[in-house]
Formats: sequence, structure tokens, C-alpha cells
Amino acid sequence: MSAVFEQIFQVGFLAAIIRIATPLAFATLGEMFSERAGVLNLGIEGTMLLSAMTGFTAASLSGSLWLGVLAAVLTGMLMGALHALFTVVLGLSQHVCGIGVTLFSSGLAYFLYRLIFGQQSVPPNIKGFQTLPIPVLSDIPVLGPAVFNQFALVYMAILAIPLAAFVLYRTPWGLSVRMVGENPRAADSAGVSVIATRFQAVVLGGALMGLAGAFLSMAQFNAFTFGVVSGRGWVAIALVVFGRWDPWRSAGAALLFAFVDALQLRMQASGLGHIPYEAFLMLPFIFTIVAMAVMSRNAVAPSALLKPFRREER
Amino acid sequence: MSLPAPLIEMRGITKHFGAVKANEAVDLSVAPGEILGLLGENGAGKTTLMNVLFGAYAPDAGEILIQGQKVRITSSADALAAGIGMVHQHFHLAPRLTVLENLLIGIPGKTGRIDRAGGLARLAEIGRQHGLTLDPDLPVSALSVGEQQRLEIVKALFRGARLLILDEPTAVLAPSEVDGLFSALRSMAAQGLGIIFISHKLNEVRALTHRCTVLRHGRVAGRVDDPANTTSSEMATLMCGHEIVPPARGPSTPGADVLTLDGISTSKHSGTPLRDVSLAVRTGEILGIAGVSGNGQRALAEVISGTRVPDAGQMTIAGQKVSRFSPREVQALGLGRIPEDRMTTGLVTNLPLADSMVLPRIGTTAFSSKGLLKPDAIRAFAEAQIKAYDIRCPGPMTRAGALSGGNLQKALLARELAFDPKVLIVSQPTRGLDIGAARFIHEKFLAMRAKGCGIVVIGEDLEELLVLCDRIAVMYEGRIVGTLDSADATIARLGLMMTGAEGHS
Repeated sequence: MSAVFEQIFQVGFLAAIIRIATPLAFATLGEMFSERAGVLNLGIEGTMLLSAMTGFTAASLSGSLWLGVLAAVLTGMLMGALHALFTVVLGLSQHVCGIGVTLFSSGLAYFLYRLIFGQQSVPPNIKGFQTLPIPVLSDIPVLGPAVFNQFALVYMAILAIPLAAFVLYRTPWGLSVRMVGENPRAADSAGVSVIATRFQAVVLGGALMGLAGAFLSMAQFNAFTFGVVSGRGWVAIALVVFGRWDPWRSAGAALLFAFVDALQLRMQASGLGHIPYEAFLMLPFIFTIVAMAVMSRNAVAPSALLKPFRREER
Repeated sequence: MSLPAPLIEMRGITKHFGAVKANEAVDLSVAPGEILGLLGENGAGKTTLMNVLFGAYAPDAGEILIQGQKVRITSSADALAAGIGMVHQHFHLAPRLTVLENLLIGIPGKTGRIDRAGGLARLAEIGRQHGLTLDPDLPVSALSVGEQQRLEIVKALFRGARLLILDEPTAVLAPSEVDGLFSALRSMAAQGLGIIFISHKLNEVRALTHRCTVLRHGRVAGRVDDPANTTSSEMATLMCGHEIVPPARGPSTPGADVLTLDGISTSKHSGTPLRDVSLAVRTGEILGIAGVSGNGQRALAEVISGTRVPDAGQMTIAGQKVSRFSPREVQALGLGRIPEDRMTTGLVTNLPLADSMVLPRIGTTAFSSKGLLKPDAIRAFAEAQIKAYDIRCPGPMTRAGALSGGNLQKALLARELAFDPKVLIVSQPTRGLDIGAARFIHEKFLAMRAKGCGIVVIGEDLEELLVLCDRIAVMYEGRIVGTLDSADATIARLGLMMTGAEGHS
């Protein structure tokens, strides 16, 4: 038991938690913005996959990682705009359109990847982001190497959390987002464009999902594989509920999930060999389900979530 | 009062929805400092006219002038910019956001941030001017209905409204809250605002307004220049096109107890629980339950309808003891119910009207056999009721939610009365209904009473209860504090008992 404890408090373990949490934090914040405006985005899984692909491709072809990130973000915004076009402008079912976006963008990702790279025995890879230690801060014992010796995208994720909270709670636009998610009619009668606000929130959410995809293919795996997202988008949807649609709590939920995920990775490696590794893989998901059941029983979703808005006409 | 230039003028407004002429050449004007009453039965076109003014509908013809300038209003943003504020019947508020956030929505901030300090200052200023105070940081869900309405008014003033439209503002208020609203409206008018006050309640219109415009079938049926000195029945005649005679409650001969409650108590639910409630209703008798809303009336209605199991006490219907308190059991014993909220617990708004009309008895042999529905029987039943009760709708397969409040209430009444209940429990039977529809409902109750049905009417409108009921019990904090014969009851006495001041039995 003490051996396990020692492993937990290793610097490497803390750093792993932060790294695992980063794409989840981006994705969760992205989904949160969308849902706060009243739009469930089930396109998240496919959006992340396509963004990971376009980001990787752009970086691989141009040699610039930041160009790759830009491509991934633009891809995310585009898929967000597609989802918003269907659900916000045309008022179609958010479930059906979201699943459609995921299926479409996953298929598109595989197709384009094959088209560009062909079938290779060794999948192409790139030299991804390298850790970027922050002077002074990275010298703090334990916390320094774990938090301040990370990829640039990790720092962006850490900054994105307070920024998201600021935008949502302190700016007129954020207030409009919350209002159109709670009572679009009230926003409309106050002269706020419900359609425009929702559209913008879903596109912003898509951009954050794009960043999540970029992190996976350009910092974590440095390659694009078909399993590069493997359910992280779906997890983010659960984490938004777990985080009660709040940026801080959602980020906390992402961190908690990352902790359990990092833990199971260590347990797989720690020689509890007689247990099949698939059992460990299940742990974070079981944790999510249990945590949701216990913590989110009285979580209240934005009142207008899933409800398309149309001006009343007889 | 000399006539200043009108603040707002609507000329020849016409709006058709398909074949329905909702508004036909309507003229209306409001001067600064004037409170204009807008009267009319449901469906007379009041709401359409106001939606035209507020930019929700584009009129087919006609023009709108603000201080003599012709304006085009095509959205609520235009209306707000033109200084028109509207307090809708169903509030446009986000319950989980705070008072201040609901006020600041749509207002550009300072350097990209919400201007909290500016908002607080403006809120305090409006509070001082009109006595409309609110705690800025409370979530709207923590406010009473009266406070939410105050917030809607403040919201309009916050945006610099010079004309305020209120759509049946008193329908949701307790009598004590109405006085506060009226004094705030008078203060606003005294400072030069124009106010359009839409209401069914003629006594309120007479007390508050300076002038009235009456609509009927989409047209202006008449104008009243001196509402305070015009009788309610004169106004009602203008609204309906014919005279309205209040229903006469003849003497009745009550028989045996048909519904009894003995020591009923409840707990563990939202709202006020019941504490040791006992009452009895006899055949051929109407018992009123008066009280300020939120004093246990909802729990009482739920227990009697069989949707809430009490902790203690007994209930009998037609001499039979109620054991399980399920809706099906009380219904089988002969109870009919008309719930408080037509839209949520009354019927299913997204299903055809016919389905809602048979829903409580869907399992009986009249409407199903061997687990299969009898669609023809359901349809025939609904058609017969639509005819018998003059329910205005395109047909039995119309979506129930598309009907007006009065027609929904008729449908609910038809559904229960078709099976000759021995006891009827109704909550707020005429809330939001116009005079004609209310009159119809009252007549049906009196007819049932004559046939020997025992009726319990839970209501807040004391005048209505006094007209309708043989006896009136008053609820306060979950108890029955006293019961009066309506011959001995006055509004003043009931009002005193409703505050818990006097016990009497």
C-alpha cells in the first residue's frame, strides 16, 4: 500500500494528471459554453477527432505546430457553425444533429487522412510540442515541475478556466449567453438576438473542442490515429453535468477524472498483473458514473437546454 | 383633464391571421401621465394589438406615432428604443439569474464588462422614485410573484420606458399586493409616464384608469371617458355586446355529508402543509375555501384529489372511507376535480384535445377494451362535449395547448361533469377568464348544485366566492380558522380572518 502512496506523490504522477486533464478541460469548457446557451453539442467527439486530424496534417505539411493549432481551432469553429446552423438557425433536434455531426466529421477525418497520407506501415508522426518550463515558477518544489514545466497548450488550458468564468459571469455577452440558455424569450424581449448569441456560443465551444483535438495529436500522441479521442468527448459531456455548468467546477471535474485516469494507468504498470488491464481502463468511467449519481442529483440544467427558439407567431 | 399631445397613437391598426380578423382598424392613443384601460373579452384582440405595438407582429395596415412622429416597430428592440416597455402576463425572467442580471441583460457594459455599479445606482434611483425596491443580488426564483412583477416593471423603467403596457397584471397578485401595484402605477403616471392597463376586472379598471378603450371582435366597441363614474355592468355590456346578469344562487336544500375530512395533516412537501384540517360538504352545497395563496390550499386540493397521501386523518366520499388516496380511487368513489393549473396538471397540451378529455377515464370500458383504445368512442365523446359546452376549437383532434384559457376550462369542466360526480373540487375556477366565460362556469356549478352535487371551490377572489358559495371556510397557515355562512360573511370579515386575526366557527 505504501508503495502505491509513494507513486501517487511522485512529481511525474502530478504532471500526468495535469496533462490528461488538459484536453478534457478544453472540451468541457467548450461544451459548457454551448450548453449554457441552451445547445447540447453531441458533435463534440467527432469535432475533436477532425480537429486532431486537421491540426496534425497542417503541422505535418507546414512544419509549424502553431499553424496546426490554428487549423484545429478553425476546424472546431466550422463544425460548431455547422451544428449551430442545424440546431439554432433551423431549430432541428439537437440530439440527432449532434450525432450526425460526430458521424460526419469522424468519417471525414478518416477519409481525408487516407487521402493525404495514404496507407503506411508506420503511421507518420511529427515532432510535437515540447515542454516549456516557466522560469522561477518551475523551480518551486513538487508543484513547479508538475504544473510549470508543461506544454504551452497546458498553460493555455489553465488560463482558459478563469477567462471562461470571467466571460460568462462578468461580461454582457456572457450574461446574454446565460439568459438565452435560461429564458430565450426574456432575452428576446430585452432586445438580445437569441439566434446570434447561441450561434456565437456554439462556435466558441467548437473552438475550444478544436484546441482539445490539437492537444491530443500534437502534444500528447504526436500522431493521428483513429483512436486518438477514444471517448474523451463523451466524457466531457458528463463532466459538464458533474461540474454543474460552471467553468470552475467543470475544470475541477476534469481534474478529478484525470486523477482517476492517471491512477489507473499507474495501477496497470504497477504489476497487479493478474488483473486484466481492461479492468483498470474501466475505472475512470465507473468513477464518473458513481460521481454523477452521487453529486449531480440536484444539479439543474439550463432551463432552455434542448429547446429551439422561434419567435411566437400564430 | 385637458388633453396634452398623445405620447403614443395607433391609427387604423389591422391584423389578420388567416381568416381570423384579430384587429380591424383599431385606433388608440395614450397621453403622458394617462392610465388607459384596455378592455375586452378573451379573443377580442387586446393581446394582438399590444404585440403589434411591441413589435412582435407586423400589422397588415395602420400606423404607429410616437409624439407625433411616425415610427416602424418590427422587433422588441425597436419598441424598447422607442420607449415602450411591456410587462407580459407570463413573466420574461430567468429564474436562476439574479435581479440585477435580469435587469442588465442586453445593456452594453463598460469596457467590455457588466456595469454593476451603474446598474445598482439606476435600480436605487427607480426604487426612490416609485417605491419599487428589490434586492439586486437575490436570484429571481427566490422572489414572490408580486416581486417578480415589480422586477418586470423596474426592467421597463430601467430601459427608459415612457409607455408601460401591463397585460392583466393583477391576475397573479394577492389582494394586498394589488394596492401596492396601483400606488406605484399612479406614481409613475404622475411623473408623466403613459400606462396601458389590460384587465378583465372591471372594479380595478374603474379604480385605476383615466380612460378606457373597449375592444370586441377585433374592433373598437366603445370608449369610456370617465371610468370611475361608469358602472361595471355598463362596461361589461360594451365588452360583450349584450347585458350580463350575475347568476342568482337560489336557495338549496343541503342533504347528507358527501365529502368529509377529519383531522387531515400533511408534511414533507413544498408549500404550506395541512395541520389538522376537518371539514364537511353536503349534497347540494357549495363550500368556498378562502385564503391568501400559499396557506395550504394546494395541499388541500391535492389530498382531496388523491394525489397526496396525508400523514394523519381520514377522508370519506359519499360515506365511503378513502383508504389509499390515489386519483383512481377517489374518482371511482365519485369525485371530479378541476385543478388549479390547466396547462400542467389539467391536460396534456401537446396531445389532441380529445385525448385529454378522456385521460382520467382512459381505462374504463367506455374508452378502451382488452387493453386497446376505442378511438371512435373517444372522438365521439369529445365531439359531444365540444358541442354541449360550446368549446371553440377547430375540432376534437386540435392540440389542446392551442385553445384559449376559457375554452380549456370549459373542456375540463365538460370532462368531469359528463360523469355526474357526487363531489367536485375546483381550484381558481375562473382565473384569467373573461366575464362571459366566468359566467358560464358559474352557471354550470349552480346547475350541479341543484342536482345535488357537493362542490368545493378554492379561490382567492372573495367577491366570486360570496356570489357562488353557501358557506366559506378560511384557511390560514395550513389550518381552517373559521367557517361562515355566506349570508353572514363580508369581504372585510373574511379579509380579517385570512390574516389569521380572527377565529370563528
